[in-house]
Amino acid sequence: MAATVVAIVRLRDLFAAVMLGGIYSLLAATMFVVLDAVDVAFTEAAVGAGISTVLFLGTLALTSRLEKAPGDSRAIPLFVVTVTGAALIYGSLDMSDYGDPTAPIHKHVAPKYLAESEQKTGVPNVVTSVLASYRGYDTLGEVTVIFTAGIGVILLLGSWRRRGDGADEANAGGDER
Amino acid sequence: MRDYLVLRVITKLLTPFILLFALYVQFHGDFGPGGGFQAGVIFAAGFILYALTFGVDAAQRILPVGILRAGVASGVLIYAGVGVAGLLLGGNYLDYSVLQHDPVHGQHLGITLIEFGVGTTVASVMITIFYTFASSRG
Repeated sequence: MAATVVAIVRLRDLFAAVMLGGIYSLLAATMFVVLDAVDVAFTEAAVGAGISTVLFLGTLALTSRLEKAPGDSRAIPLFVVTVTGAALIYGSLDMSDYGDPTAPIHKHVAPKYLAESEQKTGVPNVVTSVLASYRGYDTLGEVTVIFTAGIGVILLLGSWRRRGDGADEANAGGDER
Repeated sequence: MRDYLVLRVITKLLTPFILLFALYVQFHGDFGPGGGFQAGVIFAAGFILYALTFGVDAAQRILPVGILRAGVASGVLIYAGVGVAGLLLGGNYLDYSVLQHDPVHGQHLGITLIEFGVGTTVASVMITIFYTFASSRG
């Protein structure tokens, strides 16, 4: 994974960078499987390695294949990256060890969910029952985010106009709300 | 890419299985890994594979833009509608226990319904974004 990241940073050819990004996502998906997070691995493989690679390729077809040469000043980006990275590493120092059973995250609501979710919801997959039932509001919010993203892309990239007087329909739809 | 025989044959072979696997992940997600989001993405990926090989026009004949836009909205509406149904039946918003007489069955029904809503929206949005990118050349 580290090798692909270094290669992506060094490359000028965006096509190869997109392909390496797909490989990176696939490696991340296998890492999630190793960590027993199969649901996340599914998502990473399908979204990261599949759909976003295709969307990047679509963007490349609309723009240019080669990255522009960077501007003169490299000091400011380097400074920003260093400060942000240092802050992130400093924050991770307080995190509990991986798999530590006494970590706060394992003490709060997680034992309750694990113990009672199957009796209460009849769903053996705890990930599904937590996402859909205990955290239903959050998931509704996520779906709304995806919905908004789709609407935004439709409006920005302008396939409304393809249907004749699409602009009028859009206005009418806005008034009804 | 209409001239590559191998690509066309492999795509035709694989697409039905990818779509079937997406439906399996969708409706079996409460027993095995997966759920609405994963299923929607896999469905969209299978469909995008078809569109990449046979062209966006062929794909749009099967799944027109109008149906996708309806899907984008109806998924969220299904999700929110299940919540409102819980309200009308005397529970809290998004409380599935009141959907059926047995709370456990109600929970199961509610989870299945909202996962279906999630899947519909996710698949429709992903395919819509792909259509929009692919057809806005120039």
